[in-house]
Amino acid sequence: MATAANKSTAPAQHDVDLLIEEYGYDDHFHEHHEGDKYQSNFFTTYIFSQDHKMIARQFLITGMFWAVIGGLMSLVFRLQLGFPEESLAWLKPVLGKWITINADTGLGTLAPEFYYALVTMHGTIIVFFVLTAGLSGTFSNLLIPLQVGARDMASPFLNMLSYWFFFMAGLVMFFSLFLSTGPFAGGWTAYPPLSALPQASSGSAGGMTLWLISLTFFVVSVLLGGVNYITTVLNLRTKGMNMWRLPLTIWAFFVTAVLGLLSFPVLVSGFFLLIFDRTLGTSFFLNEIFVGGQALDHVGGSPILYQHLFWFLGHPEVYIIILPAMGIVSEVLSVHSRKPIFGYKAMVFSILAIGFLSFIVWAHHMFMSGVNPFISNFFVVFTLIIAVPSAVKVFNWITTIYGGNIRFTSAALFGVGFVSMFISGGLTGIFLGNSAIDIQMHDTYFVVAHFHIVMGVAAFFGMFAGVYHWFPKMFGRFMNETMGKVHFWGTMIGAYAIFWPMHYLGMAGVPRRYYRFDNFDTFSHFSAMNQFITVAAILVFAMQIIFIVNFFRSIWFGKKMTSRNPYGANTLEWTTPIDVPHGNWPGKIPAVQRWAYDYGKGGEENVSQIVPLAEGEHDQGH
Amino acid sequence: MATDTALDHHADVQDGNLWDGAKSPFQASYGKLMMWYFLLSDAFTFAGFLISYGALRFSMPTWPVPDFVFKSAPFGVENAPLIFVTFMTFVLIISSVTMVRAVQEGHRENKGGAVFWLLLTIIGGATFLSSQAWEWTNLIGKEGMSVTTNPFSNFNESGKYLSAEELEKAGFQKVETEAHGAAATYFLRPRAADVPENRYFVKADHHGHSMAGEEFAAGNHFLITYNHANHLYEHGAYMAEDGHVKKEEFGPQAFGALFFFITGFHGFHVFSGVVFLTIIAINVAGGLYVKRRNGYEMVEKMGLYWHFVDLVWVFVFLVFYLL
Repeated sequence: MATAANKSTAPAQHDVDLLIEEYGYDDHFHEHHEGDKYQSNFFTTYIFSQDHKMIARQFLITGMFWAVIGGLMSLVFRLQLGFPEESLAWLKPVLGKWITINADTGLGTLAPEFYYALVTMHGTIIVFFVLTAGLSGTFSNLLIPLQVGARDMASPFLNMLSYWFFFMAGLVMFFSLFLSTGPFAGGWTAYPPLSALPQASSGSAGGMTLWLISLTFFVVSVLLGGVNYITTVLNLRTKGMNMWRLPLTIWAFFVTAVLGLLSFPVLVSGFFLLIFDRTLGTSFFLNEIFVGGQALDHVGGSPILYQHLFWFLGHPEVYIIILPAMGIVSEVLSVHSRKPIFGYKAMVFSILAIGFLSFIVWAHHMFMSGVNPFISNFFVVFTLIIAVPSAVKVFNWITTIYGGNIRFTSAALFGVGFVSMFISGGLTGIFLGNSAIDIQMHDTYFVVAHFHIVMGVAAFFGMFAGVYHWFPKMFGRFMNETMGKVHFWGTMIGAYAIFWPMHYLGMAGVPRRYYRFDNFDTFSHFSAMNQFITVAAILVFAMQIIFIVNFFRSIWFGKKMTSRNPYGANTLEWTTPIDVPHGNWPGKIPAVQRWAYDYGKGGEENVSQIVPLAEGEHDQGH
Repeated sequence: MATDTALDHHADVQDGNLWDGAKSPFQASYGKLMMWYFLLSDAFTFAGFLISYGALRFSMPTWPVPDFVFKSAPFGVENAPLIFVTFMTFVLIISSVTMVRAVQEGHRENKGGAVFWLLLTIIGGATFLSSQAWEWTNLIGKEGMSVTTNPFSNFNESGKYLSAEELEKAGFQKVETEAHGAAATYFLRPRAADVPENRYFVKADHHGHSMAGEEFAAGNHFLITYNHANHLYEHGAYMAEDGHVKKEEFGPQAFGALFFFITGFHGFHVFSGVVFLTIIAINVAGGLYVKRRNGYEMVEKMGLYWHFVDLVWVFVFLVFYLL
């Protein structure tokens, strides 16, 4: 790292300040911001900040908090699955009444209904709070204004609201964990009737009500953020920053925001109908139900309708999670292998194609829900077509690093790890996308393994790559590289150790969401494999503690950033001062003269986007 | 808005390729674009509701006939199909016209004109909301429609649904009994001489259970209406124009639920619009926008929202009142 940082110090003729002064774009920012009213005291600086960089840090740290909660939940239910005979009495101080202790043997048992609550909350928290808000929220906020050359988001006020709606969503969800009936326990997809009938299970009562309130707040947060991201990318690009000069991160965040803007409202439609079914006795999603031998009053609704509304969000949602990671990895791999991204335009078009296709594949989550098999054909075809742009991207990442002068920093390692995970998880997606194979595979551990690798671990890897890479931009210091590499190798090997065996479990038909398997003859011989997975999960979680320690230690004690462009990167965020002020650039906004990926061009190791094109030089972005 | 941006200070650099940066590709301010993107997402929310409406409606064997459901108007007007909703729709569409005028006066920086047309728009929105309140009151209070009850089946004869009081007043026999653990009331009519025995008599409730405590002689009465603590009004009684009281099984519950839900959600949008229009009218009158760089643009942004709400009503009107 240190050698890289020194080697790439810009030569004199490329002095950043001179270039900005000469070609930059004067928006008279400081004539209007005398005595900056936005960051005048502790509250406006750290709490109700309207600065996109502070909001990004708020999103990141809140996301990390939720990642720890969601991760710990998975450890508890993995302990139950791996060691169903062992006592969990030691968890009694934390879980309270959800651990029942046998008076004779002293054996502590996890309550089955709480097992379901843990599984549900693990999914909800990781999908929405960590991989949507924590990933897209953090990096869209941090990078969009910095990389397009804007002073801030289009509306910093709505941006602040976006974070605080997310915070409220988290607060409500957190409260639901402490209800006497427990949090919602019907799976993160919240299918009716379990979600629509408060009497259906203990978690369906208050827990589900809070779940709905929380996620409604969350959707408001996503929409406020999304409207801002889209507008900023389209309207606030600096002079010269045409769409073909945008870094791939920005393209990815842009399409992510569009997906969120168009899919989350449909989820809200479903939520509102669900709230009516729960509170006013309507029957949008309920039909002919008996509970305890008593016929309920609901007639005429359709539980499948909810599934359609849910997955119309649910499928774009997985791309909302993975696209930002893809954008981050494209940038990180290009910078750290000192090579232009391979096939920039193909990358952009594949992002757009993935974004479009993600809206017409949702029913592949419902092959076994009773949708018409002929309709399934349509969804199978488009699902398999998504493999094409995905493969284009994988090919381009590999060709980007091929022959590159790769610096194996933690960020680059996680970038490579992302590609590995995305390939492994993507391949199993082709199996699951076939409705015929899905008859055997659906709701088994094969599905669990598939989506954890392709959108869980892979998205986390993208996030880690981003955190290691842009940590200096966020905090002015570097994270510890040794700890970062331990974190990478432990997580990489550990994650495969967790999820690789799950494919075999799934192919053998082991169903997901079961509390214990040892009383089924068919599945009981997998207990050693389940133990192995549980041990691996504990080790991977331990690796994340290394990351968290590294993260917080580096905020205060990390190696200080000494040059403003330590990686020799071309994008605009590295033209800002080391201590980035509100408004990002102290004087003019830099003007953009070329695309973001001029690495190793004309004998230069890297040419920043603000360096003018030489006589007769061709801009490769165009 | 909170932060000045490069764009707003450089309206003069609108030359060359609009996508080259430092200018708005759509030549619109970011505030206006944000409103457009919000409306786009809101359109998807409404689309989610209307698609749910379609999915549920087409899974039902019958659906109420709007001409019969929406046939009342205030001041005792009956048998006037869709007249009142026509008035409501007209008012809402006209309020869009007045909104256009308000935006136009804003562009002309005519404070008085903008306030005047904004006030007319507010009156239009408030009139629509009051009309909707009357319609809901009529449907709930008089016709007995609720989110769980839909007294309207595919009935298409002119007539009037009768409440329990009206049936009792008309001399029908009221029987109070009990069915699967809850109180139930039904009205019986003696068999007329020209009606064959057992033709209309319903012996079982909708679960197929026999009704408890049925002591009346089969064949001499027929069930007019049936009211149960859990299942309200499974059969409705209506009086046809010739004065005969007839009965009909109730229509799908989903009609009432969808109607109140979707028109309610739209009404909530109109209500928010009226609130915001009022705030903006006060701001205009107070001269707030005179000082601003982008002048009366806030009026224009509100105009976008208001036209969108009108446009949504066109679809709501189509599916509930015309189809």
